[in-house]
Amino acid sequence: MAAVQGTTPAPPSARSQFWNSRAMRRFRRNRLAVFGLFLVLLFILIAAFAPLLAPPPKVGNNCLRDLGASESGQVYNVFAGVFWKALVAPPQSCYMTARVNFQAQPSPPLQPVQSDVGEVRPLMGTSNGYDIWYGLVWGTRTAFMLSLSVVFFQLLIGVVLGAISGYFGGWVDNFIQRIIDIIFAFPSLVLIIVITSLLGKSLSNVILAFVVVGWAGYARLLRAEVLKVRSLEFVDGAKAIGATDWRIIFRHVLPNALTALTAVVVLDLGSVPLAAAALSFLGIGLPPGYADWGQIVSAARAWIQGPPGQPLAYWYVSFFPAMTIILFGLGWNLLGDALRDALDPRET
Amino acid sequence: MFAFIIRRLAILPVVLLALTLVIVGLLQFLTPAERAAAYVTSEQQLRNLDKIIRDKGLDQPFLVQYWSWLKEAVRGNLGFSKASNKPVTETIAERFPATLELTLYALVPLLGFGVWLGTLAGLNKNKWIDQFARVFAVITYNIPTFVLGILLLVVFYGALGIAPGPGLISSETQVALLINPVPRVTGLLSIDALLAGNWSVFWDVLHHLLLPVITLATISTATLIKVTRGAMLEVLSQDYVRTARAKGLPERVVNLKHARRNGLIPVATLGGYTVIGLLQGAIITESIFGLPGIGSWGVDAAGKFDVPGLLGFALLAGVIVVVASLLVDVLYALIDPRVRFD
Repeated sequence: MAAVQGTTPAPPSARSQFWNSRAMRRFRRNRLAVFGLFLVLLFILIAAFAPLLAPPPKVGNNCLRDLGASESGQVYNVFAGVFWKALVAPPQSCYMTARVNFQAQPSPPLQPVQSDVGEVRPLMGTSNGYDIWYGLVWGTRTAFMLSLSVVFFQLLIGVVLGAISGYFGGWVDNFIQRIIDIIFAFPSLVLIIVITSLLGKSLSNVILAFVVVGWAGYARLLRAEVLKVRSLEFVDGAKAIGATDWRIIFRHVLPNALTALTAVVVLDLGSVPLAAAALSFLGIGLPPGYADWGQIVSAARAWIQGPPGQPLAYWYVSFFPAMTIILFGLGWNLLGDALRDALDPRET
Repeated sequence: MFAFIIRRLAILPVVLLALTLVIVGLLQFLTPAERAAAYVTSEQQLRNLDKIIRDKGLDQPFLVQYWSWLKEAVRGNLGFSKASNKPVTETIAERFPATLELTLYALVPLLGFGVWLGTLAGLNKNKWIDQFARVFAVITYNIPTFVLGILLLVVFYGALGIAPGPGLISSETQVALLINPVPRVTGLLSIDALLAGNWSVFWDVLHHLLLPVITLATISTATLIKVTRGAMLEVLSQDYVRTARAKGLPERVVNLKHARRNGLIPVATLGGYTVIGLLQGAIITESIFGLPGIGSWGVDAAGKFDVPGLLGFALLAGVIVVVASLLVDVLYALIDPRVRFD
């Protein structure tokens, strides 16, 4: 029997399947989305390579000492331990914005300014004596530490409680939903202000405050998804062959609900650092001197008016931080919006 | 509807109880001496820390402390705010009108401009005005309130010098008000000045409120434009709009009477979010522009570890949001007869 030897096409590789999936095609077509992705990647690179972009200075903070190095240039030596330590696990002191001197008066970008070790030329100038470039670059790292940990814990608590609430129903559901109602009935900024100011200024307290108010949104979303998926046949099928509740939640319900969570996670990754910056701007967030965007903008408040005759003399103290914050928010928002559109099964 | 309003108002005490319980609960992470710091206003008191702890019962069990706070609060005594140097209730009464003034004025450009641009964008899909509206919405949505406020100050106060500096009134007006005070009727200084016929004070307040109002309105405007545009597109494809066109009604009547009236219904659902957004924005805006409202007081209280002040501030925020969202929901039902209270 002469079999028809049709050339069966090789099954598409997983990568090309992903790349050519409907959501990806839709995403790639969207030019704004690609721009958003570019901005986000740029910020990720800045955060990852902060120690190389803004190397620890000789004076201004204790970063260099705590790294066990004597020269700023040592961080560029790939073969030395300092390079890896600075990149992977920099000591806390590196997150303190380098203070060039103690002059409140800003000094312009690239202009020589006197510090304890002689003249230096800060790339973006100084504000209150703080090196703006250093603050923005390490502030990007702070922003990512904050957003990643906040979103991780929000997701953890939200997914667990949302799944329990949606899957089991009854009084558990009722109880969790009433707590969420209360959190929603309240402006989150007020709660965050109250929590951080009572617990004290620190990165972990700010994270805690954001998680306390933020998990509720995830739990609501996941509960709705669980209710939708729970009534589908394959869940009944899984139940019929004796799968436990937890197995059904983790193997069947959660993977189906994750699509809805993705866009929210991306939008939150962008908005949490901005909200935290607002908090620091108000003087309630991170400890003073910590490298974060809000404090740099806050320092700019004193230098809105230039000296007589030069109204824009201090433009750099507000321009660079403002641009950083706006581009960061823009990038994540474009990306998040595009993901939401791309993953939305209703749109064609 | 009456039952609905009662049920919604019934959640208010629950929200406030839960909230204050959390705040007093959080305080338990601190030592009694740290808690006493909230009441210290002078060096002399610092030496009598033990007395403060005893008087205020700060070393008592959590529920006892909460109960004693609650007893006073129900009687209308919310304690003394270190940040404003006045009793909390008095501070709220004094400062709330300024916040109300800011947010009410912000509603004008927010609703006017947002709905106007959103409608135009929806009616002219993919034309230049639509593209403009979308770019405008994306950009303004992404500028946080505090950054926008600073940038506006840099440009209009610092560089151009056409906007006044921080504060609700200039120092000249302050002096003028001392000599010739405006009688307090509504508490909103601009309205009171208007009622008293004092034009210079009225203009001065408006002048000072211009930048804060723009700052506060901008972010919410972006959302409003997006939602109005989407709702207009949805409505324009409805059968009754086609029917109205087929009847030969003028385009303007179709667009504004048939389409926009119905297009605004989903916009009304934004009400609750807008209230929360405006309140949060007001906290930041007041702090940037030095306006004497409850937002700047709350921030001040947070910075000075003024626990009674913070509790009062949080309580007030809860009341505002619950009551305002309720009002919005009732309005929503009034404009859309399809909505039923259940």
